Amino acid sequence: MAAYPERLRGPARCRPGDEPVVVFEDVRLAFDDNVVLDGISFKLYPGFTKIFLGASGSGKSTVLKLILGLLAPDSGRIRVHGQQIERMTENELFTVRDHTGMVFQEGALFDSLTVGENVGFKLYEETAMPLPEVRARVEEVLGFVELGPFVDRMPSELSGGQRRRVAIARAMAFKPKLLLYDEPTTGLDPITALTVDAEIIKLRDLEGVTSVLVTHQLRDAFYVATHGATRSDEGHPIVAATSAKVEEADFVMLRDGKIVFEGSADELRVADDPYLRAFLS
Amino acid sequence: MPAFTEWLKRALLEVQDYSKLTMATARCAVTRPFYWHDFVEQLDAIGLGSMTVVILTGLFTGAVLALQSGFTLDQFGARPFVGRLVAASMIKELGPVLTALMLAGRVSSGIAAELGSMAVTDQIHALRALGTDPVRKLVVPRVLAGILMTPVLTVVANTVGLLGGWVVSTQNLQVASGLYWSSVVDGLFLEDVWMGLLKPFFLGFIIVTVGCHVGLRTRGGTQGVGRATTNAVVAASVGVIAMDFFATQLLLSLLF
Repeated sequence: MAAYPERLRGPARCRPGDEPVVVFEDVRLAFDDNVVLDGISFKLYPGFTKIFLGASGSGKSTVLKLILGLLAPDSGRIRVHGQQIERMTENELFTVRDHTGMVFQEGALFDSLTVGENVGFKLYEETAMPLPEVRARVEEVLGFVELGPFVDRMPSELSGGQRRRVAIARAMAFKPKLLLYDEPTTGLDPITALTVDAEIIKLRDLEGVTSVLVTHQLRDAFYVATHGATRSDEGHPIVAATSAKVEEADFVMLRDGKIVFEGSADELRVADDPYLRAFLS
Repeated sequence: MPAFTEWLKRALLEVQDYSKLTMATARCAVTRPFYWHDFVEQLDAIGLGSMTVVILTGLFTGAVLALQSGFTLDQFGARPFVGRLVAASMIKELGPVLTALMLAGRVSSGIAAELGSMAVTDQIHALRALGTDPVRKLVVPRVLAGILMTPVLTVVANTVGLLGGWVVSTQNLQVASGLYWSSVVDGLFLEDVWMGLLKPFFLGFIIVTVGCHVGLRTRGGTQGVGRATTNAVVAASVGVIAMDFFATQLLLSLLF
């Protein structure tokens, strides 16, 4: 414990009266002798972004799986959308997942379904929404990620970047309040990665979606934290965010299952901890 | 000794997970929602998709049974009874078991490969994240389709097997057609028919649940999918032979 500095910031900022969307309290998880998370605590408020950084195996993706209830912690408490989820059954968790979307590494698209069927999967399978409305919603979200003409393509016909954008469209189709991104730009070239970053920013700023982003791509992390989207006649341009907006994105650095830093982009840039410096260099 | 303990632990965990999956499947099969579209798709994939292999297996099994038993029966001057032997062997034992073994090779491996690929590419997690229960969506339709289609395919294999036996009996063994069919009918008792019809329900259950269990537990990328496919065929084939023994014992005590 002494090897790591204490968290460099206090509790996350929030707007007055806001209830946190996600709360982790002293969460621990181990697989046999391998401790993955060791006393993780944080809060995430509506409309804010939490960006998890860390080396491979530091427990970043595990945090997302815990938020979604795909894994259960060994100890500690997890509250999502105001509900205590760590001891919920799979059926009870479905109600929490109705408000939470997730973009998996590599997209995890269903390869036997078309793009349109992938995007509308939850609406087709798990809701009573009439088919014409589902189709309209699918077209709307595919238009949002600028993949409207790809509705009848199979996932195998798409490029890596297009697959991630379809995964984002699938995650947002049922209008979740919280979106989780697991390494959404890993393996993509810088230009394509920017298009994915832009979708994340648009969803946050134009749709008001609370976001948790897990990545080890610093450039994408800072881009998402320091840019914003606006509505205009020419579409949704991505512009530099105001300093108040930048403050709404919190960086969390994980190392060996522990939080070693929590703070804004500016605070991370000036941190003098040797590990953080090495990670940022 | 630690290696043995480790092996035993893994084996017990495997049995526990398999039992949990079968119980979850039973629970989901009788509660809503039920994915009818997937069920019909699986009836087609397991039933119609396996028809060719089952017909060929049945045909040649019946034919070789007639050929072998015909020459053996000759030693006792009992060649006309060849139909009786073919019918009893096919309907009571060989039809159900060989059909099930063919399905273990075709269906169990296919299910393990399909679900295994989904598991290693996070598609199973994606299903859960989208609020769909993978057991309900993927396992239940396959298990029900397997349980329903295995008896149907067995009946097809039996029928074609009797036809194969008839061709060999009339062409090679020079047994009159009428004599062959009357011998077939004489050799069959109602209990035998029940035995041949009920056993495939148990065998179908084993074939599909093993495929689903192995597929859903797949780890380790494409190599893992290959391993899962092999494991599914081996486990389902052994399971079929073992289940055949237990089901026969149970049905003998119930029917006779």
